[in-house]
Amino acid sequence: MKFGIVVNEGPYTHQASDTAWNFTRAALEAGHEIVRVFFYHDGVNNATRLTVPPQDDRNIQKNWSELGEKHGLDMIVCIAAAQRRGILDADEAKRQGKDSDNIAPGFRISGLGQLIDAGIVADRLVTFGD
Amino acid sequence: MSKTNKKFLYVNRKAPHGSIYALEAIEVVLIGAAFEQQVSLAFLDDGVYQIARGQNTKQIGTKNFANIFKALGDYDVRTMYVEKESLAERGLDVSDLMEITHDTDDAEDLPSIQLVDRAEMARIMADQDVILSY
Repeated sequence: MKFGIVVNEGPYTHQASDTAWNFTRAALEAGHEIVRVFFYHDGVNNATRLTVPPQDDRNIQKNWSELGEKHGLDMIVCIAAAQRRGILDADEAKRQGKDSDNIAPGFRISGLGQLIDAGIVADRLVTFGD
Repeated sequence: MSKTNKKFLYVNRKAPHGSIYALEAIEVVLIGAAFEQQVSLAFLDDGVYQIARGQNTKQIGTKNFANIFKALGDYDVRTMYVEKESLAERGLDVSDLMEITHDTDDAEDLPSIQLVDRAEMARIMADQDVILSY
């Protein structure tokens, strides 16, 4: 089956991102296809590479980046939601006159059209978080 | 762009202000309009306040986006389901909601709001291909 994944919560405060990551991993291991992982609302905060969680805790951003790299996942961060919350890639940082970017490896910034497209292309669009 | 035509339902469950969900939901609806899918909206729980008349956000300093709902007819959004029980539980009735209309090839200013009860809302949801709930 083709799944689209929507992550609407940031890391750590709620379990949604962990659950989405576990679901995505389990779906891939079971032979399903993940057409896209779309990060919206506070979910865009999963994509900053500047988080420094304690060493005895999981690193949610790294989990996503590694899973994305391993399986060639299309991990999209909504540009409008990202700009509000200070998630920038190098191009956006330059365009907005900011002194740095913070997007983590494996994520890319794009538009909400990618969310609609995931709904159209996937057999099931599964949302994690409010 | 994908050519498949699917039924999309945007479910609005939260008050228009106090969180960003309603605003970011309407942003998805506006972008999604370009994809020529069958789009409808549903309002239940505190989401019914999103289409309440006479909203004024001046004193909380947030954007008043209520009028965007009135313009959705121009984006081919012709149906907005409103759950009767959610209105009644909040002491509201349809006269407390904005007048929202759309045009078709044959007629103008047709009402977009459809009151449905909870059981019917469940059937409407079951009939969708994609549900985005905020």
